[in-house]
Amino acid sequence: MRRNWFLLLTMGFGFAFLYVPILLLMIYSFNESRLVTVWAGFSAKWYGALLRDEQMLGAAWMSFRIAVVNASLATILGTLAALAMVRFGRFRGRTLFSGMLSAPLVMPEVITGLASLLLFVALEQLLGWPQGRGMTTITIAHITFSTAYVAVVLQSRLQGMDRSIEEAAMDLGARPAKVFLLITIPVIAPALVAGWLLSFTLSLDDLVIASFVSGPASSTLPMVVFSSVRLGVSPEINALATILVLTATVAILIAGWMMTRQERASQKLTEKREQQMG
Amino acid sequence: MTAEPAPGAAPVSRPPEILPGMAPWRMWLDAQIRHNGRRLVILVPYVWLLLFFVLPFAIVLKISFAEFRVGVPPYTALIDFTQDAYLRLTLALSNYKYMLDDEMYVIAYLNSLRIAGISTVLALLIGYPMAYGIARAPKGPRTILLFLVILPFWTSFLIRVYAWMGILKGNGLLNTFLIWTGVIDQPLTIMGTEWAVFIGIVYSYLPFMVLPLYATLEKLDPSLLEAAHDLGCRPWKAFLTITLPLSVPGIIAGSMLVFIPSVGEFVIPELLGGADTFMIGRVLWNEFFLNRDWPVASAVAVAMLLMLVVPIMIFQNIQAKQAEAAEERS
Repeated sequence: MRRNWFLLLTMGFGFAFLYVPILLLMIYSFNESRLVTVWAGFSAKWYGALLRDEQMLGAAWMSFRIAVVNASLATILGTLAALAMVRFGRFRGRTLFSGMLSAPLVMPEVITGLASLLLFVALEQLLGWPQGRGMTTITIAHITFSTAYVAVVLQSRLQGMDRSIEEAAMDLGARPAKVFLLITIPVIAPALVAGWLLSFTLSLDDLVIASFVSGPASSTLPMVVFSSVRLGVSPEINALATILVLTATVAILIAGWMMTRQERASQKLTEKREQQMG
Repeated sequence: MTAEPAPGAAPVSRPPEILPGMAPWRMWLDAQIRHNGRRLVILVPYVWLLLFFVLPFAIVLKISFAEFRVGVPPYTALIDFTQDAYLRLTLALSNYKYMLDDEMYVIAYLNSLRIAGISTVLALLIGYPMAYGIARAPKGPRTILLFLVILPFWTSFLIRVYAWMGILKGNGLLNTFLIWTGVIDQPLTIMGTEWAVFIGIVYSYLPFMVLPLYATLEKLDPSLLEAAHDLGCRPWKAFLTITLPLSVPGIIAGSMLVFIPSVGEFVIPELLGGADTFMIGRVLWNEFFLNRDWPVASAVAVAMLLMLVVPIMIFQNIQAKQAEAAEERS
């Protein structure tokens, strides 16, 4: 095929556009100077400063805990929702359900944040729960939108899944719960991992919704970063950004590697079965 | 898709209701799961989303009709009992009237729509060739390229916007580079203008544009293009008459995924824009955090939602259609 230079050029531009800013940020995190745009030599001192910043560390720890709880519960809820959408055909209220599952994906964050806060205030007035706002309210708000993302990931996996093994197990007398635990879960495991990681990152990343539903004593990492970034560029934030980006990259690489390995294994299994049958 | 039973295998049978030697609690549990499992699977996420996603919007609507007062909570009740124990319903339309009368709100709404619209077009212009190129790439590189598109989405949104602050500001990296190469001799002012906001939005939402486009372009039947080529159609014409029309669903889905969240974007105009790039998300934020006027903030949110109802419906329609198509295929 003839090389299409126009296509190659625009693709190169697109990928450069995506990656150059992050790479620059990483390079300048090792800059000696406090001035972000002047290169004054290599130094890792901003990483040291970051490690001594107690406010930042406290916020990071809080964000981490929220993200773990959020990811775990959202994965459960999202999986249930995806099962209902893919497996149960038509049921009463399905249209509303699918609406509730896709709207959080596009809803502007300021609206979701304000709405969640007003709900928590109203609930506190009526029921006395949740008392004040903080980790609990942030976690609940995060689970709500993370569930929608997990449901998307799992729906596509469940749709693409070969159901013959499940059917075989049922025919051999296994009960639905057992089939689900022993067959469905292992088959959709890569999607579960992807969904968990996705909701973990979404939660770790959220500034707007957390700002609305947090209390005075609870600042998440993005909130601390935002208030510092508002004042301008700082090398300490560059160091933090580098750590976050590298962690995310490593996590994704591991998840991707696991998924391809699993896919290959199941492909081999199918091929083997086909050979035996044919 | 049931496989033929292997010769000699026991005839296919449904599980018997009671197995000998089974503990009573297990039988009870099994019966529960069989009868109510389905309902439970639907009900748990359903109730959660109703309670924490739908109900909040009803409350926003309610409070948008309340009036501001000093106290906790900072709004008046709509329904209360008068001294004669009559139920009284007070709907204050003042928030909406205030919003329509004050030019600032109308300008902010129009500004948001315009900025989101221009950014969506720019994202489409950059994202389409990328998606097309990825869909055409051989299988190995294609996986890597797709991975490279998705990866930024996994890194912090705030950090990615922040990265542009160091590049775009007056003495930032872009100006330093351009002056050093001699392209310009006066630093460009990008930071604080609408252009910075366009760049920020396109940069942050580009993966959302590329992925749906890639999904439709990848499914495209290559024999159509071959047929066109054999009949003497020029590549550009084949693209315009075959590829482009067939990728319309992807274009719409990607555009909605970029447009809808950008209308209410807060972080990007706050960090990259200036005082004149006033978008509605910022107005809502300020109304809530600076003025502490919850009723007006709620009215702003309701108006924003009304503006977005049509695009959100279109997006949901596409989602439903895709799900149906996927079901038919399987």
